[in-house]
Amino acid sequence: MSEGAVNNTSGETDQENSTNSRRYFLIQATSAVAAVGAAGAAWPFIKYMTPSAKARAAGAPVKIDFSKLSPGEMLSPIVAWRGKPIFVVYRDQPSIDSLETDSGGLADPDSTNPEQQPDFAVNPWRSERPEIGVYVGICTHLGCSPKYVETDNFENTGQGGFFCPCHGSKFDLAGRVVAGVPAPYNLEVPPYRFESDTVIVIG
Amino acid sequence: MDKSETQSTDSGLASAMEWIDKRFPASETFEYHMSRYYAPKNFNFWYYFGFLAMFVLVNQLVTGVWLTMNYVPSGDGAFASVEYIMRDVEYGWLMRYLHSTGASFFFVVVYLHMYRALRYGSYRGPRELLWLIGMAIFIALMAEGFFGYLLPWGNMSYWGAQVIVSLFGAIPYIGPDLMEWIRGDFLMSETTLNRFFALHVVALPLVLCILIFVHIVALHHVGSNNPDGIEIKKDKDENGVPRDGIPFHPYYTVHDIHAMVVFLFIFCAVVFFAPEMGGYFLEKPNFEMADPLKTPDHIAPVWYYTPFYAMLRAATFPLFGLSAKFWGFVVMIGAIVIPAALPWLDRSPVKSMRYKGSISRMMLTLFVISFLILGYLGTQAPSKAGTIAAQVCTAIYFAYFILMPWYTRVETTQPEPERVTV
Repeated sequence: MSEGAVNNTSGETDQENSTNSRRYFLIQATSAVAAVGAAGAAWPFIKYMTPSAKARAAGAPVKIDFSKLSPGEMLSPIVAWRGKPIFVVYRDQPSIDSLETDSGGLADPDSTNPEQQPDFAVNPWRSERPEIGVYVGICTHLGCSPKYVETDNFENTGQGGFFCPCHGSKFDLAGRVVAGVPAPYNLEVPPYRFESDTVIVIG
Repeated sequence: MDKSETQSTDSGLASAMEWIDKRFPASETFEYHMSRYYAPKNFNFWYYFGFLAMFVLVNQLVTGVWLTMNYVPSGDGAFASVEYIMRDVEYGWLMRYLHSTGASFFFVVVYLHMYRALRYGSYRGPRELLWLIGMAIFIALMAEGFFGYLLPWGNMSYWGAQVIVSLFGAIPYIGPDLMEWIRGDFLMSETTLNRFFALHVVALPLVLCILIFVHIVALHHVGSNNPDGIEIKKDKDENGVPRDGIPFHPYYTVHDIHAMVVFLFIFCAVVFFAPEMGGYFLEKPNFEMADPLKTPDHIAPVWYYTPFYAMLRAATFPLFGLSAKFWGFVVMIGAIVIPAALPWLDRSPVKSMRYKGSISRMMLTLFVISFLILGYLGTQAPSKAGTIAAQVCTAIYFAYFILMPWYTRVETTQPEPERVTV
């Protein structure tokens, strides 16, 4: 390399340029391969921190028997699915009627956000059967669990619903959020099906 | 390099560096330790292992942190949590095998790193303190490995730790109380497990990192030795740069990355295809939970302790009214710490084995062979022939050190060259 530089001045710059571009290429190529290697090595460390097989097994479907539930009540004690509280409410006829008719003051009365419920629950009751409502009992604001309020959750109608004590979010008996409270979405409806008349399977 | 061209593209970066350098000696530190640290240009194969030890340390720290995320340091939970990591946690098996194989490879590279020092006299002045710091790292590393081996709470973990802790019982007067103090209980128990966990994941890693930092600061102050064992700082050019030195960065950084890739081929082959290494890296009884009522048929420490374990067992007779058990303890501790005296034992006018005489070479060869034989014997069940062989090898091991002031002075050495030979 240095010999060529001494003999020929114009050749020197050519050679130096080609050496530099070759060096640049080699550095880039090595760095690219190293980046791929680093990303590959990082993957197990990232994946390691995701839910383990044990945690995933804990998320298996759960069965809920609500045969002892009577109209106007919410199932107690509250059942957990994937560690989250599940609210099962048995609505009486006046409540069902009010959900159909009274949709004033709700943020999303028609359940337009597809993330918050399966397709079968896009109706005024947000459930498969009008009288049985199944909701994930976690406020869509910051994750507190709302309280079940049997009556007078709404001053004008006297209807029951859910009230979150953390930041005052209100939901009706179909888990629909009231406009103007901190919670942005309706309560989530988990995927579920009726195994028999009084048993549902969640998950 | 064309300056005007690079200046425009790098000006943003340059002014950012300037801002930092006014507040923190970033460029200065990089130059002192990397781009203007002049290492001898004649480094050979044996000079890879310091860097590789650092690399394995990083592997141990990272995989260790990840394992700690799922490990449960309790008597009931420890063994189960390791099985949980192996079976249920995503890539948990990989994390554990990287850590367990890393432990064995840590000792492989550290032993080779230390052999390099014996071969080329790296412990000699002005590097005495560097050597002593290195010895401290070695002892801390042995402790780290020992504490870590209890954590899976397998039956070999349990009884291996029981045997090592019982060694302290050999110390006259205070022995039994000391054992109780180490265990925090009257037997190896959850209390012991908890304190070993604390020492393994917090205390000793911290000590190791500090010692390694100090080791490197000391190295960069005195400069690296080399296979010729001559000081490159004695011959500097007009800029004060050693004529036989090359900047560590980029020359040796690139050189070491190459070594890392080769190392990873071997390391990964073990991790993926032989993580138990036929029972040498992960011992078979350790797949059974710790049982205080059932000792495994044959207790052997992990392979990296076996040379010292064999020397412990080689002491079979009482001396000066003290028990064989006590002397075994003394021999083992002595074998571990005696290399610290090397800078003052070696009286040769030359440093490197290249110019030392035939007795030095023979002694080093015998030393290595006896160390390997002791390592093998330590993995085997005690036998009469094995004990005699261990006694002979122990004698050679100590003779290498104790006779060194004599044989390094009487032998004929060859003259060292003026400049390094490449």
